[in-house]
Amino acid sequence: MYSQKVMDHFMNPRNVGKIDLANGIGEVGNPTCGDIMHIEIEVQDDLIKDIKFRTFGCAAAIATSSMVTEMVKGKSLEDAKRITNRTVAEALDGLPPLKMHCSNLAADALHEAIKNYRQGDGSSASISKGYCRQEVHSCCDKAEE
Amino acid sequence: MKSIYMDHSATTPVDPEVFNAMIPYYTDIYGNASSVHSQGQKAARAVEQAREQVALLIGASPGEIIFTSGGTEADNQSIITFMAANPHKGKHIITSAIEHHAILHTCEYLSKQGFEITVLPVNPEGVVEPDTLRAALRADTALVSIMHANNEIGTVQDIQQLAAISHEAGAAFHTDAVQTVGKIPVNVKELGIDLLSASSHKLYGPNGIGCLFAKKGVHIGSYLHGGGHERNMRAGTVNVPGVVGFGKAAELAQQRLPQNEAALKVLGQRLTQGILDAIPNTRLTGHPVNRLPGSVSVCFQYVEGESILLMLDSYGIMASSGSACTAGSLEPSHVLLALGLSHEIAHGSLRLTMGKDNTQEDVDKVLEVLPPIIKNLRLMSPLGQ
Repeated sequence: MYSQKVMDHFMNPRNVGKIDLANGIGEVGNPTCGDIMHIEIEVQDDLIKDIKFRTFGCAAAIATSSMVTEMVKGKSLEDAKRITNRTVAEALDGLPPLKMHCSNLAADALHEAIKNYRQGDGSSASISKGYCRQEVHSCCDKAEE
Repeated sequence: MKSIYMDHSATTPVDPEVFNAMIPYYTDIYGNASSVHSQGQKAARAVEQAREQVALLIGASPGEIIFTSGGTEADNQSIITFMAANPHKGKHIITSAIEHHAILHTCEYLSKQGFEITVLPVNPEGVVEPDTLRAALRADTALVSIMHANNEIGTVQDIQQLAAISHEAGAAFHTDAVQTVGKIPVNVKELGIDLLSASSHKLYGPNGIGCLFAKKGVHIGSYLHGGGHERNMRAGTVNVPGVVGFGKAAELAQQRLPQNEAALKVLGQRLTQGILDAIPNTRLTGHPVNRLPGSVSVCFQYVEGESILLMLDSYGIMASSGSACTAGSLEPSHVLLALGLSHEIAHGSLRLTMGKDNTQEDVDKVLEVLPPIIKNLRLMSPLGQ
């Protein structure tokens, strides 16, 4: 079902937690949908000096969160902005099709955090809330047990 | 690492005695049970012996048992062919919100064919209240279908009472007893049931075989059309090894039932209490007392079910969940939602269903491993902090 990389990031997630000096915070998802991704960044001189996440969700949700933090830690904001949900999934050697829709939001959470940093004055800010992708309900048919 | 299987409501391992009983019907006695020659006659006798074994387990007569491919087919045949065979009784069917999809989707299908369906709500413990059923019954209610025990939350219904209420109103009564046959006493006469579905692989028999009990005099029809197998009630060459295995499994279940039921009840209570004591913000789902022995179902706040399952699996513990991720959809289980639980709570569901081979050591192992798993996942969660 999941690739070895997904299982590795799920079982040993990188960069879990909060940042005391966070100056960008992003959150996407909704508990109703079963996935919430919360990402905090500390930006200095346009570089992501530190990044941490907390995620409520399935293995794919946790692994994509972990992977996105690893991909952008120490990188410039410009590099980070180029990361997409798809490149995160590719870095994990792929995700099951259904998870591509419902649990692959980590890059969105990162972008929300960057947006939040840009909007802020450099001091810690209110959470930039993303969305629940309600439209995916129509494209994911219920599977049977 | 020792594996601990706690997903017996999904399926059970085939008992070695059952497997051994089946082997000759693949190798030596391979005749078609409809054939006139001695091979065929031997197979036919084995089928009839199995029919007696299954009938005995549920207090039926052998002539009231129709072998099917499993519980789903038995559910479909019961409802669809009963309604087709009894047009004078009306076009109204009553069922419940926590039925298996084999019932709910069959009813949805029939609603598109012009039948009227009432889906009864359940109380927060998953019980169909007698008064709710009374209020829903109408002069044109032909059939009531309420499952005996629920696969996800373990709640056992008072089928005897629900069947009696249905009969008073002139409706026939079907029960999906896939989760109870072989686990708790099921006697169709005592319970007053007209139609019942059962499945072999839930009681240590093989997959792909089940049965429909149809009380003598209750009119149903064949769902699969073809040859005259099963007294014209189920066309298709009889799955002789499967039937033999089901029969043997039924015989063993009957012998072992009192002992297994008592042992599993104790293990289930210990595991439930242990989880509730060790892990805060956790709730039991289903009825606290009237539930399948050995069936534990809980919801943990702030965490998601699939993550729990994969963490448990890394310790060799196999369980299941009603979260959306495990159902392959974005909606958590319809059963958990029918209890009135929020989506958020339902996403944190865990079901541990024990069987005859589980031990106190298995319970201890789960109680050792599960609390830190939940704690770690909660540390990772942005909720509840």
